[in-house]
Amino acid sequence: MATKGPLHDPVVDPMIDPRTGEYAVIAPGHNFKSVTQKIAGIVLTSNTPLGWFFGLMVGAGIATGVVIGCTWLFLKGVGIWGVTIPGAWGFAIINFVWWIGIGHAGTLISAILLLFKQTWRNSINRFAEAMTIFAVVCAGTFPLIHVGRPWLAYWLFPYPNTMNVWPQFRSPLAWDVFAVSTYATISIVFWYIGMIPDFGTLRDRATLPFAKWSYGILSLGWRGSTRHWIRYETASLLLAGLSTPLVLSVHTVISFDFAVAALAGWHTTIFPPYFVAGAVYSGFAMVLTLAIPLRKFYHLEDLVTLRHLDNMAKVMIGTGGIVAYGYGMEVFMSWYSASHWEFFMMWNRMFGPMGWAYWILILTNIAIPLTTLWSRKLRVNVVYLFILSLIVNTGMWFERFVIVVTSLYRDYLPSSWGTYRATKWDYMIYVGTMGLFTCLFLLFVRLLPMIPMSEIRMMLPQTKITPGGATAEIIDQETA
Amino acid sequence: MPPREGIYGLIAEFNTPAELVHATQQARRAGYRRMECYTPYPVEEAAEALDFHRTRVPLVCLLGGLMGLTTAYLMETWINVWGYPLNIAGRPLFSWPAFIIPAYEWTILFAGLSAGFGMIGLNGLPQLYHPVFNAPNFRNGATSDKFFLCLEAADPKFSIGETRAFLEQFPAISVVEVDH
Repeated sequence: MATKGPLHDPVVDPMIDPRTGEYAVIAPGHNFKSVTQKIAGIVLTSNTPLGWFFGLMVGAGIATGVVIGCTWLFLKGVGIWGVTIPGAWGFAIINFVWWIGIGHAGTLISAILLLFKQTWRNSINRFAEAMTIFAVVCAGTFPLIHVGRPWLAYWLFPYPNTMNVWPQFRSPLAWDVFAVSTYATISIVFWYIGMIPDFGTLRDRATLPFAKWSYGILSLGWRGSTRHWIRYETASLLLAGLSTPLVLSVHTVISFDFAVAALAGWHTTIFPPYFVAGAVYSGFAMVLTLAIPLRKFYHLEDLVTLRHLDNMAKVMIGTGGIVAYGYGMEVFMSWYSASHWEFFMMWNRMFGPMGWAYWILILTNIAIPLTTLWSRKLRVNVVYLFILSLIVNTGMWFERFVIVVTSLYRDYLPSSWGTYRATKWDYMIYVGTMGLFTCLFLLFVRLLPMIPMSEIRMMLPQTKITPGGATAEIIDQETA
Repeated sequence: MPPREGIYGLIAEFNTPAELVHATQQARRAGYRRMECYTPYPVEEAAEALDFHRTRVPLVCLLGGLMGLTTAYLMETWINVWGYPLNIAGRPLFSWPAFIIPAYEWTILFAGLSAGFGMIGLNGLPQLYHPVFNAPNFRNGATSDKFFLCLEAADPKFSIGETRAFLEQFPAISVVEVDH
């Protein structure tokens, strides 16, 4: 897309880079010290903002939904949910796929954009990775509790046992266990390794003994030695290189849960790429949902600039476009395959009793975002982006709802048709996981550096080394 | 091990990465070999000045990945062919295409853990005590905005007077002794 002239006058708006006319990735005037102070200050301050406590309270209140819902579920069984025959897969699988999809943007930002040397990712990758991990926590809850006898969920793992019962590796559900547990583990390792140098900074700047001690332990004694840095960077690149196929494979494997079944509406080869694109789409929407309030409350507009929001919105156009192609292809194939069952499924999905869900999905996932995001003015309009991110998140939830429910409830044999209706317990556990996510995220924001300090330092103009060892003071003056 | 006595080295503090890299290049040219730079972010030029290029992290990662692949594939084969054979819709017991997915995931899992922990291990971490932390100014800036060059006493060319004079010719903020 051709870059038009700047929206504002670069002379008036300091956030605009006068050379390119684009929004700056970091506000001018920052140096090593100011960046460190700003980010470390959020964690090391003894004045926790009242809003934080308020948020935690609300989050914890909502999260009790998970506790109450799961307790009742364990006592009574999955019958308290709306699942029945033929709608045997309900909210549990919808929410699982939705949450895990949300996580994908975090890995995409930290891995794929790192490999492509997209330095703008540096301001947002840490909290996007945190988002990934907490989303996987919420996602992982659902398969654990939906198996009917959740206390036996560990049977899915291959472990030596006296019963001599082993998992069945021809089943996509066993693949899920490997994909999701690997994804969670690698995401945590990548996240933690990325934080080691920042823990070193926090250890050196902390004043309270407990903070010093705990960041000291977490930093493993990091001292910024150049040899360490080189190995660290190699390991980060390797982890990025490994996470890239991982993030693509995880949602592919999840799409196999559906695609391997011989059911109209599920048995399609478009599922793997379409699921991955949808995951990245909803994930970026969630990063926006989190980034916009964060930069506002913690005054991070210098580091998470309109450039970041603009770029994320552009990624959403791309992935949203792939998702739209997926929807189109589903409709096309139901006609072109000349399969009676496929055709009926699509017709029923659009105009059957649950047709409303399909049209909500088209409206929220395709119609609203993909028409408006082309406007640069809207892409840098913070309020609009925030509302849009919520719309897309809703849309992606409806996508999973449509795929799961409208394929299942009217299959080959009209005598076995039924319907699916979620119960209050379904809603309680689903909404509860949002509270759980909020709590985990707020604790992260308070206790860990939410923007990687070492990576932001690398982007400052002071890092330039001119031949002959000229000092960077000149550059300092230029930017001041 | 009893604590080592004496001096660990001389550490010079710089304001900018350019000054650090220049000093490191000069130190290497002067014949110093046992030295280390400490920076708040990775400075590739410093690594070049130290002549440090190759790490064994990729090798560790590769070996981990191969180990994951073999482990997972052998495990699946053993479980579904001999350990607990199940006839699922007449499919062959050795359903190798279905076994690829968990094997692929474990390749990534083992390789990723090897890269991460391999890096930590090769760096000699966790190491909660290190002599450079004894330098009074080190923790004020090494992890935020200052750049340090440490010439270590273990270097045969090291002599407290000459090395100090050598380091003081650069625009360092300070040159201090680091105790063990």
